[in-house]
Amino acid sequence: MSSRKEPELQPKKKGFSRRGFLQGAGVTSGVLGTGLLEQEAEAAPPANLTGPGEVPITLTLNGKPTKVTVEPRTTLLDALRDRLEMTGAKRVCDRGTCGACTVIMSGKVVYACTVLAIDAVGKPIQTIEGISNGKPHPVVPAFANNDGLQCGYCTPGFVMAAKGFLDKNPNPTYDQVKAGLGGNLCRCGTYVGVRQAVLEAAKELKGGRNA
Amino acid sequence: MPNYNWPPMESRRVMGKRISRVDGIQKASGKAKYNSDVRLPGTIHGVILHSPHAHCRIKSIDTSEAEKLAGVTAVRVAAPAGTEIQWTNAEIAFVAARTEEIARDAVRKIKVEYEVLPHLVREDNLAKAGNRAKPAGEQVTGDPDAAFKQADVVHEAEYGIPVITHCCLEPHGSSVAWSGDKIEFRPSTQNVSAVGNDLAKGLELPATQVHTHMDNIGGGFGAKFQADKWGVEAAHLSKASGGKPVKLFLDRAAELTIAGVRPSVYAKVKVAAKKDGTFTAWDSLSWMTGGYAGGGLNADLLPYVYRNVANRRINHTAVSTNNGASRAWRAPNHPQVAYVTCAAMDDLAAKLGMDPLQFFIKNANLTARPEVYTAQLKKAAEMIKWSERYHARGDKTAGHIKKGVGLGVGMWGGAGHASQCRTNIHPDGAVELELGSQDLGTGTRTILLQVAAESLGLPMNAVTVKIGDNALPVSGASGGSTTVGGVSSSARISTLNALEKLFEAVAPSLGAPADQLEAVDGKIQVKGNPAKSLTWKAACQKLGVRTISEMGANDQRNPRGLNTGGVGGAHAAYVSVDVETGVVKIEEIVAVNDCGLVINPKLAESQVYGGVIMSVCAALMEERVCDEATGRILNADMEFYKLAGIADIGEIKVHMDITPEHDARGVVGLGEPACIPTIAAIANACTNAIGVRVPTLPLTARNVLNALSGRRMA
Repeated sequence: MSSRKEPELQPKKKGFSRRGFLQGAGVTSGVLGTGLLEQEAEAAPPANLTGPGEVPITLTLNGKPTKVTVEPRTTLLDALRDRLEMTGAKRVCDRGTCGACTVIMSGKVVYACTVLAIDAVGKPIQTIEGISNGKPHPVVPAFANNDGLQCGYCTPGFVMAAKGFLDKNPNPTYDQVKAGLGGNLCRCGTYVGVRQAVLEAAKELKGGRNA
Repeated sequence: MPNYNWPPMESRRVMGKRISRVDGIQKASGKAKYNSDVRLPGTIHGVILHSPHAHCRIKSIDTSEAEKLAGVTAVRVAAPAGTEIQWTNAEIAFVAARTEEIARDAVRKIKVEYEVLPHLVREDNLAKAGNRAKPAGEQVTGDPDAAFKQADVVHEAEYGIPVITHCCLEPHGSSVAWSGDKIEFRPSTQNVSAVGNDLAKGLELPATQVHTHMDNIGGGFGAKFQADKWGVEAAHLSKASGGKPVKLFLDRAAELTIAGVRPSVYAKVKVAAKKDGTFTAWDSLSWMTGGYAGGGLNADLLPYVYRNVANRRINHTAVSTNNGASRAWRAPNHPQVAYVTCAAMDDLAAKLGMDPLQFFIKNANLTARPEVYTAQLKKAAEMIKWSERYHARGDKTAGHIKKGVGLGVGMWGGAGHASQCRTNIHPDGAVELELGSQDLGTGTRTILLQVAAESLGLPMNAVTVKIGDNALPVSGASGGSTTVGGVSSSARISTLNALEKLFEAVAPSLGAPADQLEAVDGKIQVKGNPAKSLTWKAACQKLGVRTISEMGANDQRNPRGLNTGGVGGAHAAYVSVDVETGVVKIEEIVAVNDCGLVINPKLAESQVYGGVIMSVCAALMEERVCDEATGRILNADMEFYKLAGIADIGEIKVHMDITPEHDARGVVGLGEPACIPTIAAIANACTNAIGVRVPTLPLTARNVLNALSGRRMA
């Protein structure tokens, strides 16, 4: 089908990581066999290992540090929806296919269902709530004006994908819109309106009415 | 009694206008709340243990380890030892816990011994169905045997369209809180007024104890009318957890396997015509599966639309397979039989050496509405540039990209359902409509406001609409494209009933009898004398402390000309096919649909775009894939259960057939008719491009390449 979003690279964590352990041990992977590494890791577990069980973390959501308690396996999406009442992002496929949970993390469009909440610590995260409270980003009214929605369940994710797309492609052509928003699926069949909405939002943004 | 007739087409101020949906910003900003978003205070989570086998018997089930897990509040066994399970992912047990993660851990701790039993999960080969096939009686009209003998041209072929899923983006499920004798029910439903009755029945409680509320639904398409076992069990889990609300929504795999599918249809078809193109005979042996229950197709719809063919024989067989049950799927039966019929007619026309457009038009007398179909086919042909793009079967131009055009037709009822609406006019001038309906994304809220504003001479923002609660006046479930006709009629009647009361209240002040008053431009005035008027607000102040509250009902036996049923529709497709890779690409689709009086052309067009795009998905990619060896469904996810993306749909042009003749019929539903003819049009366009029929859908690269190389389907 159409293009997918870039996979989110593993972030550099403050806590335990293989690379951090190797650096701390003052060795390179060329020297030690994995078997030895595992033995060493078992012998001296790092004190700042996350979990198991629920742990408090702080997410940077729409510019605000936000405390939340999650399990290490909790996805960013479930943290937002089940623990922070931020339900704009939707859980649909729950495995990085449909885009209904799209958020913008460190300036990149990502699927919140495939990001662990603990991996999102320390990264700026923008959600649909962040671009629609107060004066909404032009992409929001553009979806409404062009009827780029029906049941609306895929819509917040689509709006975030469109916002992220326009951040990087302020002057898109019609064909670029089609290629750039292939990572979001809609079941009601609203793509005709979505295409027009993204073009209208691009025009509106160029008009400088939104900083 | 007020004159309830719709105002004349030319004098409408709000109805008939391209008004944006009133909840568009709410939805686009993520503020619209769906019941899968709602967390009632104290919410805990429910998770289901599903059967891993398509057919098995529960030998033993042990939930003790799950019950011991910290955070678990309730465990319920749905399939005790001895239960025979008939499809994959059937519900075995239900768990409630403080968090969803804990509930999932608990489900993994339930120990079940299964006795695996033989299964049948595929129906495409009828010969393998054995005693699972249940033939219905033969139906014969005219003398098909004689007609085939006398025919100039006879065509025989087999066509198939597989089971597809609804794939609602918001899964089925609900939040339920059962404390004392009250049940708070927050389902994702197409049936706000009555789904609580279904829950009450499952719980063996009086229906009066269930309060249902839903503001928005994330897709239904015919699959969300009941409370379902998971709704009933969520209520039991809540009760067993001290009345805490239990939130239980299906995960994606369950959504695609146990929450409803569209039945398949396979058919061996024989058709005949005279040399001049007169379609004379139809004979079909069709079969399908609707899951374990087997049924779900009305074969009497064959041949579709061209129903008055003089000679016909219909045989139909339902195959019971070990799969979850089918449910209504946007235009139940119709897209499948439209494909089978239009494909066979297209093939017959090719054999006659006749342009299928001419063949479809020539035989329009065999349809219920010859003039409408003739006009719509001509319009669709004009829009798709048929005269320029049509060629005899097989694009003879050089290169590996072949292009072609094709047609499909449809029909639907769509008369309004039973609906009751209450209109309140308050002394401060505020107006509200109240009805237990739901907005599936069709724009029900918006069209209700348009009707009320039109009827009361007010702007839309002077009226509030309250839907989504079973405490409101009962309105029908949203199925069969019945909502727009039902709710627009009940809203029209109740607003005019309320307005009549207002006229009575202000008549003395205006010195004219109530029946000489009219509501225009935010004023109540003496008919034809704007000088004698009161503003809406001043008029409502005359009510003192009394609020007007008037009901209106759409009576299906007498809809007063406000709504009716029966629409046509013709779609045409222009596709290109890469004969080296087998990839089919939609270039253009045009849709011509009538739906009587169109309240909002912008929203109506969206319905048609939606129907067309769903059909693109079904024509090109959708297929539930079952593995006969293991009984598993191989693509119960959204990675391998394909839906079209924004780049896959080509360019779509919609022509709403708005004419005074259609308008005079009143309002007719559109959601379903928009979803019927496109699959056939795409399949016929593909055939026109590559010169051979791809008999079984979807038009995947594999199926196209198999057809090109003359291989049968696997």
